[in-house]
Amino acid sequence: MTRVKESVMKCIFALCALMSIGAVIAICVFIFANGIPAIREIGVWQFLSGRVWKPSVNIYGIFPMIIASLYVTAGAIIVGVAPGVLTAVFLLKYCPARLRKPMHTAINLLAGIPSIVYGFFALMVIVPLIGEVFYTGGKGILTASLLLGIMILPTIINTAYSFLKAVPDMYFEGSLALGATRERSIFFAMFPAASSGVLSGIILGVGRAIGETMAVVMVAGNQAVMPGSVLSGARTLTANIVLEMSYAAGLHRGALVGTAVVLFVFILIINLCFSAIKQKKA
Amino acid sequence: MKNYIKKPFSLAALLLIILSAIVTAAVIVFITGYILINGIPNIRLSLFAWEYNAKNVSMMPAIINTVYIALLTLVIAVPVGVFSAVYLAEYAKRGSNLVKIIRITADTLSGIPSIVYGLFGFLAFVVALKWEYSLLSGALTLAIMVLPSIMRTTEEALLAVPDSYREGSFGLGAGKIRTIFKISIPASMPGILSGVILAIGRITGETAALIFTAGTVAAVPGSVFNSARTLAVHMYCLLSEGLYTDEAYATAVVLLVTVAAINALSDFAAHKIAKM
Repeated sequence: MTRVKESVMKCIFALCALMSIGAVIAICVFIFANGIPAIREIGVWQFLSGRVWKPSVNIYGIFPMIIASLYVTAGAIIVGVAPGVLTAVFLLKYCPARLRKPMHTAINLLAGIPSIVYGFFALMVIVPLIGEVFYTGGKGILTASLLLGIMILPTIINTAYSFLKAVPDMYFEGSLALGATRERSIFFAMFPAASSGVLSGIILGVGRAIGETMAVVMVAGNQAVMPGSVLSGARTLTANIVLEMSYAAGLHRGALVGTAVVLFVFILIINLCFSAIKQKKA
Repeated sequence: MKNYIKKPFSLAALLLIILSAIVTAAVIVFITGYILINGIPNIRLSLFAWEYNAKNVSMMPAIINTVYIALLTLVIAVPVGVFSAVYLAEYAKRGSNLVKIIRITADTLSGIPSIVYGLFGFLAFVVALKWEYSLLSGALTLAIMVLPSIMRTTEEALLAVPDSYREGSFGLGAGKIRTIFKISIPASMPGILSGVILAIGRITGETAALIFTAGTVAAVPGSVFNSARTLAVHMYCLLSEGLYTDEAYATAVVLLVTVAAINALSDFAAHKIAKM
């Protein structure tokens, strides 16, 4: 009796473990099965490189959205990475013991704030600010980049922190003993040893920035045209889906799912890079 | 300080590090302060009326819906997540191909953006299974979304349980199942809890995955097959209507306080495990 119970439970555990594989397969099947036929109908090249998105006359080109997503993500990396990594260094080597816990709590809070609240904050603060400084409407790539740069901070800080912490103390101390300053020891002895960590933090940040939806929709302007400058409005891949999905039908809906296919492929590439780095480290 | 005068690189690096930390701290203080200062004066009793209408713009139904969706999601995701972790930690051979594949898929799941989850939930549950916009569609979508984080935290907690516990249990004649349920899982409870609490935080803040699965009806649903908006979706609706900035501030305060409380709880649970 017990033996039957043991093997039944083992099967249940295994079944649950297989569930995540099933989920990934289901997601791929549904997204690709709904997206690929539409992309094929539009024409792969036409869909990916077309510069005009006009569902009303059945023209679907998402090149402006791809560019906008890349711009916004690159902007977020430029804004967020340096402060994030340096803050991690501060937490590890400079932070007074009394400040360490409040800082960690605050960073975790930053990670937990819902994206809709971020978007609202940016709409109320960053958009008017940019508008005033540059005499524009305020919504655009620059605004979205600033906001996303803030949003990826916790990801970058936490990853960089845990990797820097894992560097053996003797690297730092050895360098100090050779007469280098603390800063030189951090940047030339510890950083090379933790570089994969900094890199994986950046990759996770890219993943978060490119997939972010609600916050970007509120501040990027959402015009489905090629962005002219960092101040002009732009529509990202994610924004394209969320803006039109509620009323789309037929080929239009297919084209939106096709947008998700492109986004999904981007994410898969990012994940692949991430696991490659993880493997290399192990 | 004297040591730095002849070392411009080190001085610059030091200043940059301190500046970054100050900027990060300032950003956090500014965002939370801004929301709280603008939001708290807008919190009125009528915002917590039981029924929603265009006049009181009550967030009470949305709060109740958030609790419903969180419960429903956890009922689905916690058993599956915990059992998968049990399989990975207690049964599977380290480094076997199956384990590798499960890990890769879990990593993939945690990287998928919420809008893609929303689209999947829409295509699979709302359209293919014809459940319409409903609590159940939303909860299933979110369950898949939080699954990897529950799996990971549980597995880490299980692996942290000393083998001597298990050996003691086996030595007293208990079987594997009994050992898992009476020893391993109870011993790793704080870790599991902290993962579950973090999942609640993610569910509370989620918008993109819910708009097209659970829909935006501002009432407490009669059954799991009715549409219902959560608090975050409620805030999105307020903003897209464009008339309710004050109410949006108040909702943001509630969301922010909830997230802070959830984080504190999760920290508390995680500290319990550190003490063990």
